[in-house]
Amino acid sequence: MQRIGVFVCHCGSNIAATVDVKKVVEMVAMEPGVVHAEDYQYMCSEAGQAKIAEAVKEKNLTGIVVCSCSPRMHENTFRTAAKRAGINPYMVEIANIREHCSWIHKNVEEATEKAVILARAAIAKVNLNAPLFPGESRVTKRALVIGGGIAGIQTALDIADAGYEVDIVEKTPSIGGRMSQLDKTFPTLDCSACILTPKMVEAAAHEKITIYTYSEVEKVSGFVGDFTVDIRKKARSVDANKCTGCGVCQEKCPSKKAPSEFNRGLNTRSAIYTPFAQAIPNVPVIDRDACIKFKTGKCGVCEKVCQAGAIDYTQQDEIVTQKYGAIVVATGFDTIKLDNYDEYAYNQSKDVITSLELERIMNAAGPTKGHLERLSDGKHPHEIVFVQCVGSRCSDNRGKSYCSKICCMYTAKHAMLIRDKYPDVNVTVFYIDVRTPGKNFDEFYRRAVEEYGVNYVKGQVGKVIPQPNGKLLVQGSDLLDNKQIFKEADMVVLATAIEPEASVRQIATMLTASIDTNNFLTEAHPKLRPVESPTAGVFLSGVCQGPKDIPETVAQAGAAAVKAIGLLAKDKLTTNPCTAKADELMCNGCSTCANVCPYGAISYEEKEVNDHGIRETRRIAVVNNALCQGCGACTVTCPSGAMDLQGFSNRQIIAEVDAICR
Amino acid sequence: MSINNEEFRPKIVAFCCNWCSYAGADLAGSSRLAYPADVKIIRVPCSCRVNPMFILRAFEKGADGVIICGCHPGDCHYSTGNYYARRRMTLLFSMLDYMGVENGRTRVEWVSAAEGVKFSQTMNEFVEKIHSLGENVRLGDLRCKN
Ligand SMILES: Cc1cc2nc3c(=O)[nH]c(=O)nc-3n(C[C@H](O)[C@H](O)[C@H](O)COP(=O)(O)OP(=O)(O)OC[C@H]3O[C@@H](n4cnc5c(N)ncnc54)[C@H](O)[C@@H]3O)c2cc1C
Ligand code: SF4
Ligand code: SF4
Ligand code: FES
Repeated sequence: MQRIGVFVCHCGSNIAATVDVKKVVEMVAMEPGVVHAEDYQYMCSEAGQAKIAEAVKEKNLTGIVVCSCSPRMHENTFRTAAKRAGINPYMVEIANIREHCSWIHKNVEEATEKAVILARAAIAKVNLNAPLFPGESRVTKRALVIGGGIAGIQTALDIADAGYEVDIVEKTPSIGGRMSQLDKTFPTLDCSACILTPKMVEAAAHEKITIYTYSEVEKVSGFVGDFTVDIRKKARSVDANKCTGCGVCQEKCPSKKAPSEFNRGLNTRSAIYTPFAQAIPNVPVIDRDACIKFKTGKCGVCEKVCQAGAIDYTQQDEIVTQKYGAIVVATGFDTIKLDNYDEYAYNQSKDVITSLELERIMNAAGPTKGHLERLSDGKHPHEIVFVQCVGSRCSDNRGKSYCSKICCMYTAKHAMLIRDKYPDVNVTVFYIDVRTPGKNFDEFYRRAVEEYGVNYVKGQVGKVIPQPNGKLLVQGSDLLDNKQIFKEADMVVLATAIEPEASVRQIATMLTASIDTNNFLTEAHPKLRPVESPTAGVFLSGVCQGPKDIPETVAQAGAAAVKAIGLLAKDKLTTNPCTAKADELMCNGCSTCANVCPYGAISYEEKEVNDHGIRETRRIAVVNNALCQGCGACTVTCPSGAMDLQGFSNRQIIAEVDAICR
Repeated sequence: MSINNEEFRPKIVAFCCNWCSYAGADLAGSSRLAYPADVKIIRVPCSCRVNPMFILRAFEKGADGVIICGCHPGDCHYSTGNYYARRRMTLLFSMLDYMGVENGRTRVEWVSAAEGVKFSQTMNEFVEKIHSLGENVRLGDLRCKN
């Protein structure tokens, strides 16, 4: 029989206001196994933890139940307290009487009754708890960063500067991400390339950083501290060791009609290409779908012109297998497709563009060499209309329910830059709200209105109608003056919602990291652990976690790096002891369990058993504690009831069920 | 300690996976989104840890409804756990229905860590449903009903 102490927390008034804690103490004291029960203001405080230690000593406790906030909050705190007091940390259970009780119920009698029942369930469980002992696993002192945008680059630099090896895996031919596509950046208006390129160069030159571009993560196995990852290096068709980056091949390539991804398809590129002039590495790739040699077998011009002899049409994809202690996801974002938004005529008119396309148009290296012109006829525009929140803050399922956060600011930036360079162009912005909560952000927006005379109209655009004369009729509303507006524009720019990069779903599945309904990666705790994923050893950097501008992305990238460094700095990790275990006498070696284990943790051994005096060798399931993550899939699938999960055993859960249904 | 002996106070067991639904329930709590106190949550590592045996046991011991909550398909912390749970429960629930424990008394719901609102709504709906079905008389060990 256990000797259990029950500690009921008031949590100030958070619990005590709705739950009669004295009554709970009185009721639980009568439960089997309970030898001590008390209540206290704040159990998690120093003094509260001291009370636990005291009771353990005085009453010789073997088990502890804390009735308090969620175990997701303080399970660790109380386990550590138990350990200090000299009992096994896994002899502690928590009854969640705050989040699951006092905070959601109003009636004191009802809430108190429920708190007692939850406490009873925890007591019933502790009665069946057994001490568990975490194992140890080693930490590979190397980090993987998936995604080479500004987030990935910054995280990699910070980890590398702390002295650890880092690999960046970037799926496009160059690192840089979306930031490399931007022209100028708010709120300072410095040129994006001027601040990004040095960082790219630094990462490439860093002795601790290895960059795999044109590569993807193919397979992930293992766990925190000891991940094994297969990286697919796609065939570049160019030998990176020989290529000098002279660029002759790109000039001479006769196939020049492939849409340029970097310029958002606004112009074309050659089949052999680097996405942009400052690309890192400065080694081109052959787009095999566009290459004449690959399509027809003829051509081979690049091979002929390459002085370095770097072209290799026979190159194959290569799989690199590497071990990592920590993985940082930094896969960033894309703008949403506008197929659901016919009213803006994006697919009908070349002069309706997205803001990211405008970034390319404004950029000196872009499709119009930085001249603001209409893509339909190359004419200089005089009226430009910006539409905010296209697909963001959407109440129906055509778009996204969230605010994309960066659009208000970059639209103010675009409006200002246009008015500055082309004072003859009128700029009108239709907005629902202007949101500028950032350092120097509101000042920035006000400058657009006050100094640059940008015309902000509060209201939405209902329709954009291409006119026979080539203009665009914008139909909108002005909510402040309560009137309809019809405006003839030369160009319309849509502040298109952003969404996580599509491949993040596969990445999340491989890492068993969770994502929310919008495909943003979920953090371990929205407030207290914002850069960690709930999956141990996986960290989040940049827009893959939620919409962010560059300063925020860089800050988060640094935070993710610190968390990864904290992990890599350890030599050993303790493993979760709540693992599965097969009863040797009940197991019949059927292999059913091994088939459902997502981690391949179960194998079979021929074992000598003593089954009530019958000694024989049997094939028995053995769980590898370092691999088992404790999901429990095997326990339910086992037809013999041989497999059980330590810490969440069949008997423990049934005891909880019984206590609740009593 | 019963509040009102006349009134039907259903016993409802909710199994919540640690990674999504339990966190969703925590969020419902910190957002103060009320649902009836009849619901009592049991934390399990994953929805796939829920053995049909636990559910039968609950009904045997007098539960009027059992709900299993897990991560959305594709989002299970262990990748595939909720797919197992879904299949097992589909089978179990149809068997239970056949035995007279109506389908409305059993439910599987996917609730993410961000869905406090959904958690509370689901529980409110479920409790209402159980109220409409009344006390469960099947499977129950008669000694457990008072
Ligand atoms: C039109 C527009 C204007 C903007 N203007 C500004 C501004 O003026 N100031 C400002 O502060 N912010 C601005 N932003 C926001 C800024 O672009 C982002 O904050 C920043 O780019 C986020 O960086 P990131 O590294 O998180 O994501 P990204 O830049 O998207 O980088 C992600 C990288 O990961 C790679 N990747 C994706 N999936 C995989 C995979 N599965 N495997 C390997 N690699 C992968 C991608 O190819 C990419 O290189 C603007 C955004 C837009 C759309
Ligand atoms: S509990 Fe899950 S991870 Fe552990 S052995 Fe069983 S199926 Fe595999
Ligand atoms: S499913 Fe059960 S009986 Fe079959 S091998 Fe696994 S533990 Fe043994
Ligand atoms: S962890 Fe939530 S369903 Fe598997």
